[in-house]
Amino acid sequence: MSTTLIERAPTFRLRGVDGADHSLEDYADVEALVLIQSCNHCPYVQGWESRMKAIQADYADRGVKLVAINSNDVDRYPQDSFAEMVRRAEKEQFNFDYLWDEEQALARELRSERTPEVFVFDRDRKLIYHGAIDDHRDEHAVEQHYLREALDAVLAGRDPAVAHTSPVGCSVKWRQ
Amino acid sequence: MLPTSPGDLDAGDTREQSPDSSAGAPVHSNEPTAVKIDLYWWEGCPSHPEALALLEDVLVANGVEAEIELHEVTTDEEATRLRFPGSPTIRIDGRDIDPAGAESPPALNCRIYRLPDGRVSPIPSREQLEEALR
Repeated sequence: MSTTLIERAPTFRLRGVDGADHSLEDYADVEALVLIQSCNHCPYVQGWESRMKAIQADYADRGVKLVAINSNDVDRYPQDSFAEMVRRAEKEQFNFDYLWDEEQALARELRSERTPEVFVFDRDRKLIYHGAIDDHRDEHAVEQHYLREALDAVLAGRDPAVAHTSPVGCSVKWRQ
Repeated sequence: MLPTSPGDLDAGDTREQSPDSSAGAPVHSNEPTAVKIDLYWWEGCPSHPEALALLEDVLVANGVEAEIELHEVTTDEEATRLRFPGSPTIRIDGRDIDPAGAESPPALNCRIYRLPDGRVSPIPSREQLEEALR
C-alpha cells in the first residue's frame, strides 16, 4: 500500500442528499465503513453505480455502510451540484448515503484522485482497502471483485488479500 | 494497429491506418480516398487509449483505410473553441460519431456514450463506430 495513503478515516460533517448532516461519528456502529469518492457526471461512476447499490444491499445486514462523496468543483461542473446530486440519488434510487463535500476538505484528507475511488475502513476505522470497486468498468467483464473481497475479509477479522489497487475513473475536479 | 499506451498519444499525432492485408482485400489506387478521423482527448479521462484501440480494430475489421489524427485538449478555452463535449470525441470527416452527444456543452470531462443495451460507457460502442463509418 502506498505510503501516501491515509491510515484512518478522517473526520467530516457533510450534508447528504437526504437534507441531513452526516458525520463520521454517525457511522460509529457499523462494522465496515466504505467511503467512495464519487460524482454525478462521470460515466465511470455511472457505470459502477448499480454495483455500488448491489454491494450495499448484499452487505447491509452485516454492518457495512457505503457512503458516496461528491467533492467536484460545481462552478466548472454544474452537473455535480447538490441539486443534481439529489436528483440523481432519487432517479437511481441510491440505497447508500450521498454526501456533498462542498469545500473539498474530505477529498483532500483522503487524497482522492479518481471517481469512483474506494476507501474501506474496519471497525476501528483503520484503512484496510483502497482503490477500485472491481477490475473492470464493464460489469460483464469483471473477474476480480476487490471491494466485496475486502469486505468479506474485514468482516471475518482478517486483512484482505488485496489491500490496494489503482482506481480507474474520472479525475476529481479540484477548484482552480 | 495494436492498442496504444496513453504516453503514445500526443497532440497532432497522425497515424496512417490501412487495412491489414491479411484481413481484407488489398487497397487499389482507384479506391476512394482514406477517411480522415480526428480523435480529441483530455488527460483527465483515462478512456482515450481504449477508444483508440477499439477504433483501430473497427477500421481493420471493416477494411477501412483511414488517417487518424490525435488532438489533446488541455484548457476550457480549447474545449469551447473545438466544441469538445468530453473525452474522447471522435469525428469522421468532420462529423461526430455521436451527433446527439456532440450537442452537450463543451467541457473538460469524460464523455458519456450509450451502448446498444442502454448502459452508460466512457467509450463509444463498436456498433456506433461502424455506423459512423458507413
